[in-house]
Amino acid sequence: MLDDMNKVVIKGGGAAGLRAASRLKRNGIDTVVIERESTLGGHLAQWDRLFPDGQKAKDVLDRLLSDINGVEVMTNHTITEIQRENDIFKIKLDDNTVIQADAVLDTTGFDIFKAEKKQEYGYGIYDRVITNAELESFFKTGSDRRIDNPKKIGFVHCVGSRDIKVGNTYCSKVCCATALKQACEMREAFPESEVYTFYMDLRMFGKGYEDLYLKAQQDYGVKCVRGRVSEVAEAKDGRLVIKAEDTLLGKPLKMTLDLLVLMCGMERKDGFIATKNGFVEQNITDEKGIFVAGTAIQPMTLPETIANADAAVLDIVEFLKRRK
Amino acid sequence: MIIEGKQKIWADYQKEIPDDHYFYVRSCIRQSFFPASEVVFLDITRNKLGKDFFENPYHTTCGGIAYHSDAIPQETAMTIIARQFALMHESGYENYVCSCITSFGCYTETLETWREFPELEAKIRQFLWDSCRKELVKPKYLAHASDIIYKFRNEIAAKAMFRLVEAKTGRPLRVVEHIGCHYAKMFPSKGVGGAEYPYVLAGMIEAWGGEVIDYPERRQCCGFGFRQYFVQANRGYSLSNTYKKFESMEPYKPDFIITNCPGCPYFLDRWQYVVAEQTGKTYGENGFGIPVLTYEEVAGLVFGYNPWDLGLQLHQVAVEPLLDKMGIPYDPAMKYKGVNGKELGTPAAPQNIRFK
Repeated sequence: MLDDMNKVVIKGGGAAGLRAASRLKRNGIDTVVIERESTLGGHLAQWDRLFPDGQKAKDVLDRLLSDINGVEVMTNHTITEIQRENDIFKIKLDDNTVIQADAVLDTTGFDIFKAEKKQEYGYGIYDRVITNAELESFFKTGSDRRIDNPKKIGFVHCVGSRDIKVGNTYCSKVCCATALKQACEMREAFPESEVYTFYMDLRMFGKGYEDLYLKAQQDYGVKCVRGRVSEVAEAKDGRLVIKAEDTLLGKPLKMTLDLLVLMCGMERKDGFIATKNGFVEQNITDEKGIFVAGTAIQPMTLPETIANADAAVLDIVEFLKRRK
Repeated sequence: MIIEGKQKIWADYQKEIPDDHYFYVRSCIRQSFFPASEVVFLDITRNKLGKDFFENPYHTTCGGIAYHSDAIPQETAMTIIARQFALMHESGYENYVCSCITSFGCYTETLETWREFPELEAKIRQFLWDSCRKELVKPKYLAHASDIIYKFRNEIAAKAMFRLVEAKTGRPLRVVEHIGCHYAKMFPSKGVGGAEYPYVLAGMIEAWGGEVIDYPERRQCCGFGFRQYFVQANRGYSLSNTYKKFESMEPYKPDFIITNCPGCPYFLDRWQYVVAEQTGKTYGENGFGIPVLTYEEVAGLVFGYNPWDLGLQLHQVAVEPLLDKMGIPYDPAMKYKGVNGKELGTPAAPQNIRFK
């Protein structure tokens, strides 16, 4: 049996943190979620619809939020220090509050790759180059002055992912499917538009992803070009002139676009958090009592993040039981 | 265009450029193409800015043309470079500045390769000793000569007799800046402004009153490309590159082009004649071409040098429209007179591009 005094602090109130909080609560464990932003939900709260089937992100988030009813949540707070005294963690917040806990779960997730680092794409220099997150915001709000009835739209995959030049050699896992989802949405929003995606290879590994790929081409007329965009420039009228290589045709390609969307991947300022074993101890760190879940470990899709949070909770429960 | 975005990149890609005391090495071909540019550079740095720029008469080619044309292996090119560095050390200098962009690329590539592979540096050190009995001492600092003019652009502006503005109206001249491919495309951190949005020439244009044009084919090579031009069968590539650039910059109505490479001004200048002869098309105003100048020539004009002393009469595209805009006086009768009034001969007028 678990002691009533058991307490877990979750650092980060995104999808992984919310899911873990609800599962810890179900197990009768006192849980506090510390979130640095004013609202919960992390990147999920910024997204409009989810691949592969276009489910509303808000519906998923609302479900995660309803599951944490009764869990203590502290928004607008950051953890400044974690000290261990014997088996108890003393977690100090930015307002000098100190919380005592038996375990800490890090679900601080990822940062979206800063598109301006890929200077050849001209983000922050050419007005009509935007990011996947900004396009998602457009879908949510219907407003972005840069998106003015575009007739020709391009998507660039793998921006900041699988790219040794920026130091990110890994795949961010979500960009391929997101690009095709967003490409379909742009065709819905602007039926007169032509949409091109520029990819290295499409990694449509999950349930329904391959169907999305086929649907994008067959039903939405999205044109998938295997090749990376090498440079972006601005024409006199503000449109974008891109150069790429179509590696299937073996030819260079130049195209003028009204909008270019960069599929920025995941990264963390100090790198992803290492766990003890990538197979059988995926959520356990070398620091006893400190666990990690979700995209703080590595890029994950949303279903993987939620499953990973569940797995972390099992490890925490086992850890607390074993201490008795 | 969001200029703040470029300014942020420019701020990130600034490099330290020492103030003074440089060992200067020339280009193999610039003295033939643009005979006054290197002389003017030395005159400006030594006599206008009061700096110490030393030339050793025993310096040679860097080997870049032969290296990039696959005529010599990299070890040979590196040994030539090692000898240049040894001459610098023997002359008592540690700051090395070269006139040629290809040389700058070769020097940068060599230093970076030695940093990555010290065993190769040791091998070259031995080659140098065996062949020349000289000791390799690497420069403390490597610059391209355009870095120096960039560094002193504001001092030059303060002493300027003419600015990059239309004298009659005060309109800033629209200037295309063309950077040699070997300046920063291989090693972005070695160039002012980086590889994608270089600032080395843009900074000069801004400081001297002009307006920088960014056009879609700005990054495109001028077309020189060693294998494109030296292999006669490939010259169509060279010409088509230049043609592509002019078609792209045409809507912006540039007043002139500034360059920092030996090959670029030559090809951007000469191919305009070929395009005009083949297609009848010219890109300047009133049947003229767009003048193409080296940064030393532009600095010389700003300083008030006589255009014919700058060698501008050896350009294919007539520079008079630019001189007229800037309000620079010149004597047309002296255009083809050399030193002491020696007649140089007048070139035949092309059919489709105005020459005067």
